[in-house]
Amino acid sequence: MGFKNVPMSVAKPSVNKESLFSPELRAEIDKWIAKYPQEWRQSAVMAALMLVQEENGGYLTTDLMDKVAAYLDMAPIAVYEVASFYSMYELKPVGKHKICVCTNVSCMINGSDQIVEYLEKKLGAKLGQSSADGRYTLKEVECLGACGGAPMFQIGNKYYENLTPELIDSILAGLE
Amino acid sequence: MANEVCFRNMDQDRPWLLEQYRSRGGYEVLTRILREKTPPESIINEVKASGLRGRGGAGFPTGLKWSFIARNAPGQKYVVCNSDEGEPGTFKDRDVLRYNPHQLIEGMVIAGYAIGATRGYNYIRGEFWEPYERFEAALEEARAAGFLGRDLMGSGFDFELHSHLGAGAYICGEETALLESIEGKKGQPRYKPPFPAHFGLYGQPTIINNTESLASIPVIMEKGGQWFKELGVENSGGSKLFSISGNIKNPGVFEIPLGTPFAELLEMAGGMKNGSKIKAVIPGGSSAPIIPGEQMMQLTMDYDAIAKAGSMLGSGAVIVLDDRNCMVKVLERMSYFYYEESCGQCTPCREGTGWLYRVVHRIETGHGRPEDLALLDDMTTKIAGRTICALGDAAAMPVQGMLKHFREEFEYHITHKRCLVS
Amino acid sequence: MSDDQMVTIQVDGRELKAKAGTLLIEVTDAAGINIPRFCYHKKLSIAANCRMCLVEVAKVPKPLPACATPVNEGMQVYTRSPLALAAQKGTMEFLLINHPLDCPICDQGGECELQDIALGYGNDASRFVEGKRVVPDRDIGPLIATDFTRCIHCTRCVRFGAEIAGIRELGATGRGEHMEIGTYIEKSVDSELSGNIIDICPVGSLTSKPFLYSARAWELVQRKSIAPHDSVGSSLNLHVRRNQVMRVHPRDNEAVNECWISDRDRFSYEGLYSADRLTRPLVKKSGNWVETDWQEALEAVAQGLKRARGTSGNRLGALLSPGATLEEFYLAQKLMRGLGSENIDFRLRQSDFRAEEPAYPWLGQTIAQLDELNAALLIGSNIRKEQPILGHRLRKAALTGAQISFINPLELELNYHATQLVNSPAGMISDLAAVAKALGGYGGLIDSAEVSDVHHRLAEQLRTAERATVLLGNIAVAHPDYALIQGLARIIAGNSGSLLGYLPEAANSVGGRLAGALPGNDGSNAQEMLSNPHKGYLLMGVEPGFDCWNPARAMETLGQAEFVAALSAFRSQSLEQVADVILPIAAFAETSGTYVNAQGEWQSFSGAVAPAGESRPAWKVLRVLGNLLDLPGFDQVSSEEILAEARQVAGDRKPDNSADGGVAYERLLAGVGLTRIGDVPIYALDPLVRRAASLQKTRDAIEASSRINAREAAMAGLADGDKVVVKQDKNSAKLRVVIDPTVPDGCVRIPAGLVGTDTLGGQIGDVTLEKA
Ligand SMILES: Cc1cc2nc3c(=O)[nH]c(=O)nc-3n(C[C@H](O)[C@H](O)[C@H](O)COP(=O)(O)O)c2cc1C
Ligand code: SF4
Ligand code: FES
Repeated sequence: MGFKNVPMSVAKPSVNKESLFSPELRAEIDKWIAKYPQEWRQSAVMAALMLVQEENGGYLTTDLMDKVAAYLDMAPIAVYEVASFYSMYELKPVGKHKICVCTNVSCMINGSDQIVEYLEKKLGAKLGQSSADGRYTLKEVECLGACGGAPMFQIGNKYYENLTPELIDSILAGLE
Repeated sequence: MANEVCFRNMDQDRPWLLEQYRSRGGYEVLTRILREKTPPESIINEVKASGLRGRGGAGFPTGLKWSFIARNAPGQKYVVCNSDEGEPGTFKDRDVLRYNPHQLIEGMVIAGYAIGATRGYNYIRGEFWEPYERFEAALEEARAAGFLGRDLMGSGFDFELHSHLGAGAYICGEETALLESIEGKKGQPRYKPPFPAHFGLYGQPTIINNTESLASIPVIMEKGGQWFKELGVENSGGSKLFSISGNIKNPGVFEIPLGTPFAELLEMAGGMKNGSKIKAVIPGGSSAPIIPGEQMMQLTMDYDAIAKAGSMLGSGAVIVLDDRNCMVKVLERMSYFYYEESCGQCTPCREGTGWLYRVVHRIETGHGRPEDLALLDDMTTKIAGRTICALGDAAAMPVQGMLKHFREEFEYHITHKRCLVS
Repeated sequence: MSDDQMVTIQVDGRELKAKAGTLLIEVTDAAGINIPRFCYHKKLSIAANCRMCLVEVAKVPKPLPACATPVNEGMQVYTRSPLALAAQKGTMEFLLINHPLDCPICDQGGECELQDIALGYGNDASRFVEGKRVVPDRDIGPLIATDFTRCIHCTRCVRFGAEIAGIRELGATGRGEHMEIGTYIEKSVDSELSGNIIDICPVGSLTSKPFLYSARAWELVQRKSIAPHDSVGSSLNLHVRRNQVMRVHPRDNEAVNECWISDRDRFSYEGLYSADRLTRPLVKKSGNWVETDWQEALEAVAQGLKRARGTSGNRLGALLSPGATLEEFYLAQKLMRGLGSENIDFRLRQSDFRAEEPAYPWLGQTIAQLDELNAALLIGSNIRKEQPILGHRLRKAALTGAQISFINPLELELNYHATQLVNSPAGMISDLAAVAKALGGYGGLIDSAEVSDVHHRLAEQLRTAERATVLLGNIAVAHPDYALIQGLARIIAGNSGSLLGYLPEAANSVGGRLAGALPGNDGSNAQEMLSNPHKGYLLMGVEPGFDCWNPARAMETLGQAEFVAALSAFRSQSLEQVADVILPIAAFAETSGTYVNAQGEWQSFSGAVAPAGESRPAWKVLRVLGNLLDLPGFDQVSSEEILAEARQVAGDRKPDNSADGGVAYERLLAGVGLTRIGDVPIYALDPLVRRAASLQKTRDAIEASSRINAREAAMAGLADGDKVVVKQDKNSAKLRVVIDPTVPDGCVRIPAGLVGTDTLGGQIGDVTLEKA
């Protein structure tokens, strides 16, 4: 047997797909499904997980992953594999704002250690933890492709570059 | 002579708009090709003549890659753009997506026409939300203007293009991991052969190129391969985007001809920050072996020169380190990166990257042993060249580079249990 | 490069020829050159992830994985050069840094691929001084024990699930060093082929739970055998220690089971050692069962049969298990015929005998040919659970593009895409008639059939396919209008140019016919014997409450007999209720014999262990009975001798599915009210598997229940979990309601062969439900 790639779709006795997600969410996922060949619904799994995660306050549950699996005709384990492989999926609850601090070389030599230290003190949470009020989660990430603005972090969809403690104060103050 | 290719529109106001792109002749090359029904072979030949080498890191000649596709064989073929930009130090494709998305789109349509593909995907790393939105908006514009979709300009040629968003995994920059990822799986590289040209996305013939490579195509087709080639030097045709960062004054992305002296690039970037002294340079992204500063100051930025110095031009990500940096700490951080980003499927990389990191970590934290450097040397030879994809090499090379040029710093750490530097 | 082009390569100086493009490891394996490997498996896709098979290829600077490198002309390979050995040793060192080195307490110790290869390629001392990775274990069900800390991430088990079992249950979650093989959540692995991951796991990460820590590999003796359940007849190796079957493994047989076996064949051996195993003869004395010696018991049987026979052999009947060996069948029918009875049958789960049966029904093609089908129509079959290995073959065809369709009274959970026409049992007949009509059939039922698009589509699929087949499964056989189904299937096959095939239920459903274990002229078939009381019965391997189409009637009829003699390996309540003497016989693995599988292949096997207690091989018991009854021709001293005799009688009969094509029968099942669908669940098939404790804990071992869809439930005012009284004929059972969307309207699925449904009537028939 040689190399192989067929969609690992499963043919389960009738699941009612409409009951899985809200019509709005389904419409969003369907937009992604439409981008790929018909038999490759599973290509939309990354986008679907991201959308579902966002709607669920920033993290995924087994139940939600199972629903994504059912919606895309995938085996649940195939969805768990994807969700646990990519670092942007969260499998545990996170704060309202996830602060992803880059500590890779360019940022490191431009003082990301101090940025992390400042944040940890300010939020009362270590890397990988959430602040006591559940507002913030601090996360160490690998290079985000913005080394020209080192040190930098990402909150939500936005990049913040050339960070200083003062800048951090004003960024956090400006968040909802 | 800067900003001739991917950045040639940087002087414009809101250069990402279709209107602006067209004001400088955007999409005219594509229109001409479709109208004149330019033979696909001649496009491939033009790209070959340009000397364009893949800008994603490996530097493989783009035209040659395209010629591997059996373009007349039946069945769906694909053009895939690699905008995963994950190599530490690299931040150029982000600017192409943000400021010149239409040139990339046009390049992809031309690529599709040249290899007989009617579908394309642009894989954008998940963190790049802003560039993704820019690119999506450009897709909308292009579609509305008839540069994407069915029967483009009445030529009978169809081309549909979509973006796919990643979700945080450096390994998805590896071309076959990227394909797996589009297929809705973990990003685990495939063993090659078969190469994507035969067995690519969804098992179909596929070319995959870096954002910058594809965005260069319209200019090459407009001004000719020869023109492009002559921008650069022997074996390194064209100009290239360099992402320069580190302990320098004005980090950023600069488009300069290949073969430009490093010293000039450093000067464009404002020189060293706070008047510090240059210690070393990583010339092509964190996977490229480090080069001592004095040596680097003598080199030109092209494939051969950097290779001769024992490193590689890679993605053109230049990280400049000044003399306050401890090389053990720098290597520790880089090794952690590969340990963190290994996909986990093949043994030497899964087990070896963790082991490398642990040994460097114990040296950094003052627990190193005399035999550790020999162990590191040995381990890197057991990882490099033995893995499914080049991440194994990428993890080994920085270690080898550091031990070659800065071995005494490591020895000092082991014997004195502290830094030589501070 | 043409695919068939032959090339010459050199491996370690030896010249080898191979087809261009073949993977190097296949070429070296065929030549007997050993290259170490973990992730490569000949039946799975190439992963090339373990990096153990690295070899040196001339002119290539890096070592290449033999499992993923296609050969080309003039290639020079060195499997043990310094470069190759350094690469292999390097991989080994990496593999061992996180693998526990406590082989003496590992269940794989002694048969571990890692251990074997480490001896050749490992270093003595590890240079890795950090702590090893520990992975928490998960309970993945009653059959497979896990010790994921030992996992070397070869992903064979994951690929097996995706590619062979067709359900992805195990996966590799997380990435890098944190990648873990497992189910991620607490979940059982439910595939009917799941046990194969035990074999393919190269280390002790996945092992047999029933076998766990019960023996060491080197204490086991390996004996060949043939699987005793469905009609595949998979090749087995029995692993025996001190006269006990400790575990069962597949034996490679490319033409039958490749290198796989079903979980039923793998784990049913546990039933051999169930508490109700019969080890001494039993005689009923004034209503009480007492153990006795063989002499008394045999005398009692001989006397009993003689008495019941009286003046006419016709008063006797024999009901035989379709899992009996050919030799047992042969002697049993010889005994009955010697006594003057033509009432012999093993078709215990069939009720409709109106149709002329083919002479020698079989699959209609070889098992391996199923892989190459372009289209198949399965009628009344849950092939995946009835004959799991054939199901796997069909799936292979489906994955290469074959169009598979089903006409069934249940929607099946399939592991490939197929068309499923789900209808009530009566509706199935209409569907078949419609497909027959779409193919130009005519007459009776067919003329009045309404042909819809699906019927046309199914018809076209069969008609246009190069290789097509129509297969009849276990549910079809149990249908009250089986004669109609057979006739229609024949027309469909004939008019579409498809092969007609039968999916025989049991290990020897095919052999029973060859041995003559069928009613002769004017003899009664199983249904007649079980409806009209005969004076005396001989039962062999049968539990009347579970193995007959209509257990309630079987019990009633047998209860009215003067004398019932039973040969059985187990004690059994329903048997003890009706029998007068029970003779303990050897079970699977304890006797020699022959099964004829679905493709008509005679497969003989020897006993691997001695029969339990005082039990004896049934052929010996039958031979002695023949002697006690003074019948001629019962002097065989070995099963081989019986086989030779049976072969002579069978002559050179070739498998043959042809029979008269007409469908001149009336519908017996009106299907106006609620129809019961009494399929036999996979682990309820026969006495042995019903006693296999671990299999009985799996998800497929469903319990007696009354399953209806939500619409029917709403109409009947029932909810999930309610208790209902099911009435069938004059029998009833109290069962739990399960809402099950796979059951069509107008039907209730009440599986047969289970405690709780053994008091009911025919497997398919009219029932009523009342809320209890
Ligand atoms: C671990 C790894 C990471 C990579 N990351 C990227 C990347 O982020 N972007 C990219 O364009 N190429 C990346 N590459 C290179 C690609 O595999 C591939 O060579 C490239 O996309 C081909 O395009 P090009 O020929 O235009 O350079 C990576 C390779 C490896 C081994
Ligand atoms: S080298 Fe690393 S990242 Fe590449 S395939 Fe192997 S394990 Fe995955
Ligand atoms: S057997 Fe070849 S890499 Fe595993």
